[in-house]
Amino acid sequence: MNEFVERQMKLTWRPPKKSYDVVIVGAGGHGLATAYYLATRHRITNVAVFERGYIGGGNSGRNTTIIRANYGIPAAVRFYQRSVDLYRGLEQETDRWLMHQQKGILWMAHSEAAVRTERMRAKLNTEFGAQTQFIGPRQVQELCPQLDMSGGGRWPVLGASYHPQGATARHDRVVWALAEGAMERGAHVHQNTPVEGLILDGERVAGVRTAAGDVAAGAVVSAVGGHVSRIAAMAGLRLPIRTHRLQAFVTNHYRQQFGPIVASSELFFYASQTARGEMLLGAEIDPQPSFSYRSSHDFVQDVCRRALCLLPFMGNLRVLRQWTGVCDMSPDYSPIMGRTGVDGFYLTTGWGTWGFKAIPAGGEQMAELIATGEVPELIAPFGLDRFARDRTMADRGSAGTH
Amino acid sequence: MSLRIPCPICGDRSVHEFVHGEIRRVPDHVTDPDERDLDFAFHHDNEEGVVTERWFHAQGCRRWFEIRRDTTTDRIVEPSES
Ligand SMILES: Cc1cc2nc3c(=O)[nH]c(=O)nc-3n(C[C@H](O)[C@H](O)[C@H](O)COP(=O)(O)OP(=O)(O)OC[C@H]3O[C@@H](n4cnc5c(N)ncnc54)[C@H](O)[C@@H]3O)c2cc1C
Ligand SMILES: [Zn+2]
Repeated sequence: MNEFVERQMKLTWRPPKKSYDVVIVGAGGHGLATAYYLATRHRITNVAVFERGYIGGGNSGRNTTIIRANYGIPAAVRFYQRSVDLYRGLEQETDRWLMHQQKGILWMAHSEAAVRTERMRAKLNTEFGAQTQFIGPRQVQELCPQLDMSGGGRWPVLGASYHPQGATARHDRVVWALAEGAMERGAHVHQNTPVEGLILDGERVAGVRTAAGDVAAGAVVSAVGGHVSRIAAMAGLRLPIRTHRLQAFVTNHYRQQFGPIVASSELFFYASQTARGEMLLGAEIDPQPSFSYRSSHDFVQDVCRRALCLLPFMGNLRVLRQWTGVCDMSPDYSPIMGRTGVDGFYLTTGWGTWGFKAIPAGGEQMAELIATGEVPELIAPFGLDRFARDRTMADRGSAGTH
Repeated sequence: MSLRIPCPICGDRSVHEFVHGEIRRVPDHVTDPDERDLDFAFHHDNEEGVVTERWFHAQGCRRWFEIRRDTTTDRIVEPSES
């Protein structure tokens, strides 16, 4: 895939320079989007992205690609809605087919308590700009005929919050389109070039030590996904982040069309159909902090057991592939973006199991911060300083698993 | 197979029977009392490598115990290796 895209995109690879205005560590979606928006919105192109592996080799190329804005707190709804909107225009803007497809997402309720939660979520979402409505079982069944409305007898579908803007996009197309957009405007991307240290000038971060030598930088942005604690430690920072694995799997081809994305907080799984017709399933993180990419059979077993309650047709499918990413989990299940208290050093992290949808808005806002020096209003609530100020942005229920 | 945690009483059991307990250590260089509180409440070493951690066998003998585990491989490190 990568060689194919590279050939198609005619990217020019250049050796690292001795200095850049901005150095971004990590060529995942967030790092590349930051470079992309610095170039397109602010004409800042003396920028390099250093990647220890290959473009999109981290979580950005391993996720289940769900895009939605139906979050649980006003600031999050606004932020993710911005990202949903940017995603909708991204194909046209980059002139690349990203396989962006609006499918709608159904969030099932199987108990009276969950009905209340989903009703509240729908109200709050709509109020802050992410259109969502609570619908009853008949409408749910119409939108997704394959659902067993009795939930296998134990998890009856009493209704769902329906967020029509729920969408998916092809993850590696997204990261490569952003890389291409940044590179054709002059930004550099250096693959296979890990950042091994930070260059400190007194109290401030003034560059990076890479496998290809020292590089000076006006600003350094850490966008390294699950490995952020290591980079932050190089700047003398300890972070409210713990890294956990998240797994997912796909089945073989399911002949029927499966329209929407379905999720259930009580059964703790979500499912959608890929463009190839596979059923794609995800669930919650593994319990132990870990950087291991190993997948486990009991994950598949457990998720299948739960999924079969709602999607009995899956009993006739086979699991084809299973994989794992390592997620930067924040304690309040909200992202951490912006300044760090260390001059010249910026963070975009806390993307946990929910950061793919945030790639365009995260990049756009980080780019604005770096270009203007002002913290944009949209991300001001998500600064690292919120923990010291007792202003955590708790949103576990809606960041949850995807 | 999922991670198996070696309970000293019950033997190797699935990780899903346990509650993870991190051993939190505020570094000595953090001296300001507010900073120490903040660190203790929120910050983690989040180390890539061998860590010492506590586990509670919630769905078993209900005892706390300590193990050493390599977070990059999830392998349990025997005391003799350290
Ligand atoms: C199984 C799974 C399913 C998911 N499903 C969804 C979903 O449906 N919807 C959603 O919104 N989100 C989802 N997510 C979360 C989403 O994938 C991530 O939050 C998002 O991709 C984070 O992007 P990133 O750019 O911050 O990190 P990454 O994509 O992980 O990029 C970080 C990059 O930094 C590089 N790096 C690390 N250390 C260094 C170093 N020292 N020097 C140089 N480079 C370095 C890594 O190699 C990597 O390429 C899922 C995640 C997983 C694992
Ligand atoms: Zn025990």
